[in-house]
Amino acid sequence: MYGLGIAKSLGVTMRHFVVTYLDDLKWFLQGGFGNRYTPEALPERQSPRARGIFTIQYPKEQPPLPERFRVFPFHVVDPETGKSTCTACGMCARVCPPQCIWVRRGKDPDTGRPAKEPEAFFIDVSICMSCGLCVESCPFDAIKMDQDFEVAAYERYDSFLWGLDKLMKPQAHDIALHPSDYARDQGD
Amino acid sequence: MSSQESTLPQLPPELQGTVQLSVLDQLYNWSRKRSLWPMFFGLACCALEMIASFDPRFDLARFGMEIMRASPRQSDLLIVSGTVTKRMAPQVVRLYNQMPQPKYVIAMGACAISGGPFKEGYNVVSGVDKLIPVDVYVPGCPPRPEGLFNAVFALHKRMDQERIADLHWYQKGEEQGIPVPELGPDLIDYRLTASNIPSDYQPARLKTVRPEQVVTQGEEG
Amino acid sequence: MADERQLSAVTSEALSAIEERFPGGAKPAEHVGLVVDPSQLVDVATFLRDDMDYVYLSCVTGLDYPEATNGFPARYEVAYNLFRTQGDSLTLHVHADRENPVVPSLVEVWPSANVQEREAWDMIGVRFEGHPDLRRILMWEGFEGHPLRKDWHEAYYEDDQKPFRSRFPAGDPSLAEEHAAFERNVQYPEDWVNDGFLEVPEGWKSRAEDAVYLPLEEIAAATETELRTDKVVLNIGPQHPSTHGVLRMVATLDGETIHGLQPVLGYLHRNHEKIGERNLWLGNMPFTDRLDYITSMYNNFGYAVAVEKLMDLEVPERAEYIRVIMGELTRLMNHLVSIGFLCNDLGIYFTAMLYALEEREFILDLYEMASGSRMMCNYFRFGGVAQDLPDGFAPMARELVFERFPRRVDEMETFLLDNEVFRARTTGIGILPADVAVAYGCTGPLLRGSGVPYDVRRAEPYSIYDEFDWDVVVCNNGDVFDRVLVRFGEMRESLRILRQALDRLPEGPIEAGKVRPTTKVPAGEAYGRVEHPKGELGFYLVSDGGANPYRYHIRTASFVNLGILGELCRGHKIADVVAILGSIDITLGEVDR
Repeated sequence: MYGLGIAKSLGVTMRHFVVTYLDDLKWFLQGGFGNRYTPEALPERQSPRARGIFTIQYPKEQPPLPERFRVFPFHVVDPETGKSTCTACGMCARVCPPQCIWVRRGKDPDTGRPAKEPEAFFIDVSICMSCGLCVESCPFDAIKMDQDFEVAAYERYDSFLWGLDKLMKPQAHDIALHPSDYARDQGD
Repeated sequence: MSSQESTLPQLPPELQGTVQLSVLDQLYNWSRKRSLWPMFFGLACCALEMIASFDPRFDLARFGMEIMRASPRQSDLLIVSGTVTKRMAPQVVRLYNQMPQPKYVIAMGACAISGGPFKEGYNVVSGVDKLIPVDVYVPGCPPRPEGLFNAVFALHKRMDQERIADLHWYQKGEEQGIPVPELGPDLIDYRLTASNIPSDYQPARLKTVRPEQVVTQGEEG
Repeated sequence: MADERQLSAVTSEALSAIEERFPGGAKPAEHVGLVVDPSQLVDVATFLRDDMDYVYLSCVTGLDYPEATNGFPARYEVAYNLFRTQGDSLTLHVHADRENPVVPSLVEVWPSANVQEREAWDMIGVRFEGHPDLRRILMWEGFEGHPLRKDWHEAYYEDDQKPFRSRFPAGDPSLAEEHAAFERNVQYPEDWVNDGFLEVPEGWKSRAEDAVYLPLEEIAAATETELRTDKVVLNIGPQHPSTHGVLRMVATLDGETIHGLQPVLGYLHRNHEKIGERNLWLGNMPFTDRLDYITSMYNNFGYAVAVEKLMDLEVPERAEYIRVIMGELTRLMNHLVSIGFLCNDLGIYFTAMLYALEEREFILDLYEMASGSRMMCNYFRFGGVAQDLPDGFAPMARELVFERFPRRVDEMETFLLDNEVFRARTTGIGILPADVAVAYGCTGPLLRGSGVPYDVRRAEPYSIYDEFDWDVVVCNNGDVFDRVLVRFGEMRESLRILRQALDRLPEGPIEAGKVRPTTKVPAGEAYGRVEHPKGELGFYLVSDGGANPYRYHIRTASFVNLGILGELCRGHKIADVVAILGSIDITLGEVDR
């Protein structure tokens, strides 16, 4: 019969439509109004078993981010010295594919030899590709990937050249973001 | 919301405390910001994340940006997502000129801000603000859909501070569009030609050019 | 010296056969393949195609050697990669001299050379004699210079190779704009610059637009009959809701029927090849993510396979399994998205597209778990993968592959394939005969929808695809509907491979030793190709033994497949163009690179 195919397609759409209401009803029966939007419910709503409305209500709900998620780099501040463990070896600057890292290695005033910490360190995040090769190549675990994606700005030339003051974050931040990487590094 | 609070546009010191947004201003701003219609202008990879921000998981339509129009005459917001190449530059400017006021531009992604990883390419314009004025910049390669949401909220905050008395599309005078660049031995932007620049011109440090400011009030850009 | 090199069996067979027919026509090349005498090139090529079964020309690359190498003088060179139906490969090189580089065109022998020779003309400046329409393809007519020549520098040029010297240890940050003359990435001829300002000469007009319309006007004029009817030249794009990115097409219409159609490219030309020659070998990996931005894992796969050919690396077994899992997830995602976008263009608007994107979100979650990024994964390394799979990956992948995705694929089939409107719009449209498809170098579902069972995973097996139990999906009619059927079939085959791979995933190392980022690749030449979801993705790499590539050419499926768009659309209505374009399935990042 002509039109049966169209009826089947409409049936699929109708089923999707009805299922969202049934799923809502299921959540309501389990816990009342708003049960759908509790933080415990979010992983279940985002899992492959989810049936209903698939939306994450950003900004009220933050998306669940895996450990390896990468946005822009940051320097890990060693709690004992208060400074980053970077020794200005320049490996990250060499490896960065779009060359957005500038490392200034000054001279140690006492010995006159190259200093063991950077005099200045800049990342131009308006060029950064978030590839993570700088993190992979750092021999001192000084630079790690951050997960803060809320970085919109109103102007371009002053907001996106990040110096060491903006890049340094405490080690506790790194441990909170990457627990299993930290555990593995400690184990080595 | 860490990195942003210090970068909101501030009122000039002499006006702080004296300016109040009237109820009419607030109503006007609210109705405009809750019904921004973006234009379907995906250029490259960031376009996929922009499309993903309309899909069921992130759903930008919750904020009033339901209709994504292909025609510039029917849209308010131009999300430049992807690398702007020199070949595409005339079309970007033409589309921007065709959008009716009020219009806003979000530069999404590293390529739209500054050319991104392809900045050194011979066919890449290093940032869409070389061509059209931009309101909000979102870095990332590509920025997550939530990052784009964040940019939209930043734009809302900016729109919240506009006063009807100051809006440039209600001023007298006719608005000139941006001159469309042409493709010659290289991209020719007619704002760079000697005949357009006054004799005592000192190149400002890489400012973006807002044509509305140049023309309607008679002030320098 | 080149003569002492061991020739492969296939190459020496070809060499002796050519020597018999055309004495002095060919001799061994520097690294791989044969150098052919330009005056006999077309005859040798016809002989190879007709008598030795090299029916498929895959890749045409222009190269620039400003200095003499290994017994060959300084030259411009064009390299051709030919394949037989069983997968044997032969590389031909042709040398042209530096002052006036001219090479005979091979469009008559293999029409797939059409777009690729135009690209070689555009980028390197080798003129192809006998080419029907030698215009620039990625840059515009009127652009000065041939960008991929070694001595051509753009306005933001800093150094020949990365790492740039200014980044370390001096480390004084600056914007590239501050060093360029106009604070922009532009450079003009000397008579255009007056006292630091641009001065456009009197009466100058841009030639770019006219050159785009020129072939169509010729077609329109050539087909004028006695009764002068008006033919309309219509421009579609580059900003249009039905294109897959910034693709522009110009068409000559007679009413609503198409007389001729030409795609106009270059709106997303982002200079991967020039930047690729400056990058380190590993630094090119994140750039390959951005080629076909929907399928970033498979682009990485192709590049890793090509470089591992050059470096002669063995990949450990667990890494191979992970690669295949990621690759087949990519194929599934790509076909879902392609069908979703086709439906979007046909007018089903967002329904099917949003169903496809919802499934894509799950696959992006898996990518994010493993590699750290939703789209630009940068996950493969030379000799393995970057990081091992985390613990949450296998349970989620199993749930998706064994339960959710088969149901969704079935649901999409129910939704689309019986629908009378969908069938009416797709059956009988854009029919591609098998011999035309092979001659034009089409690959992927476009080729298999026309009845040719050619799949790189079977023709030239890479990774461990030959250890799995799967079939090549073929349909025989060659129209849009058949290509959609092929894509559904391939989604099911991908699920089959995924089930086997997830069941048999072994333990073990994931990388063959530690390949350092600044590693040097031994000198040589390689063409590594993989069966990308859209077709054949090949990387033609030439190394001079350093840490940066000497020549980095990408042969993408979408670029070569687009060569047939004009042929397919002839005689159809304007509304069918979007259906045909959707079934060819292109991504502009791949077309324009």
